[in-house]
Amino acid sequence: MSFPLILTQRMIDHPADSHLIDVYEGAGGYDVMRKVLSGMTPEQVVAEVKSANIQGRGGAAFPAGIKWGFLAPAEPRYLVVNGDESEPGTFKDRQLLERDPHQLIEGVIISSFALGVNHAFIYIRGEYPKPARRVQQAVEAAYAKGHLGHNIMGSGFDLDVTVHLGGGAYICGEETALLNSLEGLRGEPRLKPPFPAVEGLYAKPTIVNNVETISNIPWIIDNGGEAFAAIGDENSVGTRLFSLSGHLKKPGNVEVPMGLTWRELIYDIGGGIRDDRELKTWVPGGASAPWFVPEHHLDVKVTKDDVAHAGSMLGSGAVIVMDETTNVVAAAHRIVKFFAHESCGQCTPCREGTTWLENILWRLLNGAGRQSDIELLLDICDNISPGLAWPPKMTTICPLGPSAVSPITSIMTHFRDEVQAMVDLAAEPASA
Amino acid sequence: MTLAAVIPDWTSPNQERARKLLDAYPERRSAVMPLLYLAQLEHGHLTDSGMTQVAELTGLTPAQVQAVASFYTMYKRDHVGKYLISVCTSISCFLMGSDEVLTAVEEESDALDGTTSADGTFSVEHVECIGACGGAPAVQVNYELIEGVTPEKGKALCQWLRDAAPEVVLTDEMQELFGGVRSFDWGSKEAEGAVAPVPAFGPYGSAKREGRS
Ligand SMILES: Cc1cc2nc3c(=O)[nH]c(=O)nc-3n(C[C@H](O)[C@H](O)[C@H](O)COP(=O)(O)O)c2cc1C
Ligand code: FES
Repeated sequence: MSFPLILTQRMIDHPADSHLIDVYEGAGGYDVMRKVLSGMTPEQVVAEVKSANIQGRGGAAFPAGIKWGFLAPAEPRYLVVNGDESEPGTFKDRQLLERDPHQLIEGVIISSFALGVNHAFIYIRGEYPKPARRVQQAVEAAYAKGHLGHNIMGSGFDLDVTVHLGGGAYICGEETALLNSLEGLRGEPRLKPPFPAVEGLYAKPTIVNNVETISNIPWIIDNGGEAFAAIGDENSVGTRLFSLSGHLKKPGNVEVPMGLTWRELIYDIGGGIRDDRELKTWVPGGASAPWFVPEHHLDVKVTKDDVAHAGSMLGSGAVIVMDETTNVVAAAHRIVKFFAHESCGQCTPCREGTTWLENILWRLLNGAGRQSDIELLLDICDNISPGLAWPPKMTTICPLGPSAVSPITSIMTHFRDEVQAMVDLAAEPASA
Repeated sequence: MTLAAVIPDWTSPNQERARKLLDAYPERRSAVMPLLYLAQLEHGHLTDSGMTQVAELTGLTPAQVQAVASFYTMYKRDHVGKYLISVCTSISCFLMGSDEVLTAVEEESDALDGTTSADGTFSVEHVECIGACGGAPAVQVNYELIEGVTPEKGKALCQWLRDAAPEVVLTDEMQELFGGVRSFDWGSKEAEGAVAPVPAFGPYGSAKREGRS
């Protein structure tokens, strides 16, 4: 299968220093910006992004071109790049920020021009100081060359870019929480609507896009939307950077075209399971996603729709693989604990529910479970996510609460006997 | 009141940084997070007076600033050791043995999870995913990353920090000495790192190690 490495080719060609502006420009970097600023209209750029049909890479897979089309006309408008990357299992944006910051900045310039934005923000999670240093240095280098700032290339277009560091809160990856955080407030999600495209940063029209989404923009404009749409699978196009982790022989980030099967991704690309053990289960799209199992899902295609039909999501592109030795109750507990810790506390079902779920799983793991605990877990899950449907029905402002339900429904569906065994273990009277 | 009059005790480079940060946003209040990092850098941790200073700089009330500071885990309102060791125990690191790394670090540093060692050298904390899952288990020292850490290497890391007592901790140096498998090829080495348990990012304060390029 032949496909272009849209995002990572330069890192392969320049393994030491793909992050430097001279290397980037030497490989044709910022030429697309020149082409756009000297000869394209904003409408033409938006049209290419629409025809590319690129789905956002931050988690929700919403088509970027359609989102851009919702941007309200009021001014000023803002572009906010979401580099909060905190979904457990995900480390792809880190590589894009660290190894090719100019690709992102060129994407920011082109996108800002298309959207009529004169101030863009790159929000990077606080635990990413090195990626932030790299991006800040790249921003300064771009200013020094006149690619940012006033009257870029004599086009009359002005753009400032501010790099902002988060403070260690997963919820700030949710776009409205991120906007609150950027406004100097607590990072609590806002009720939608209004959507950010209408009322975003400082209540002005704002586009929030993921780092990977924006990093694709230079290639799309260079090669045309149709060329991008021709890569991958018809219902999910382009390449995607997947973060492979867990019990694999070859963990790490990989850029592959959409539409492989899970078997190909796990065994061919990821090298299979460490020590040639059996695959037990995997999380297909970050900690929020319901798990897949080899009996049913190895031949499902890695596209938005195929994964959704099978009851999960591609989410942030994080694939977490567990081999046969894994205690799935312990693994589920670890994921639930994450959501309990990261709940912002605004909504009762999430704040209370996630804490209860964690506590009950903890007592199961520690031999203090009760026979009623399985029903209790499912009942709490149902309170957070009524009917345990997929996609979840919401009782909360944002989907964080329902995300904590995914690992529990997963172990109940696929490994109920193991959960029951833990309960039974506890129920046995202690031997004298 | 001039900026210098609000933060007379801050070093002049940090006063300059504060001035730039206030200019970097359309509204002053947006500078609250970076300014809190600067205040933490100045005072070792986030003090009440630091938060009051940030409130004056941003036009917020001290209560609003406290509400922000308490929302985020990286603002430390109690004393932190010279080296903050953060061990990831989220799912991918857990699967690769992070709990044993945490125990090893606790033993060698003399600081239990969530505490600071008696001599003030180390604070240890378990943290949620730090975006290094392909190189699990992952550890940070003052937010500078090491991937592929074993319990033995975790111990050796603590010994090294205690003995060599580097003023600036560098991610590449620690990765070379104590790391293993990485999430991706890191490329050329960096000479910039952290001088305190605050993310070492130019506008908020980071430092270069002399003699490295
Ligand atoms: C709890 C939660 C956490 C999220 N974390 C991130 C994140 O770290 N990075 C990201 O790009 N999107 C994250 N998202 C999705 C954003 O809300 C938003 O959809 C995305 O940034 C839009 O960019 P895209 O359309 O380019 O994907 C998160 C969503 C939720 C509900
Ligand atoms: S789970 Fe530890 S770095 Fe992601």
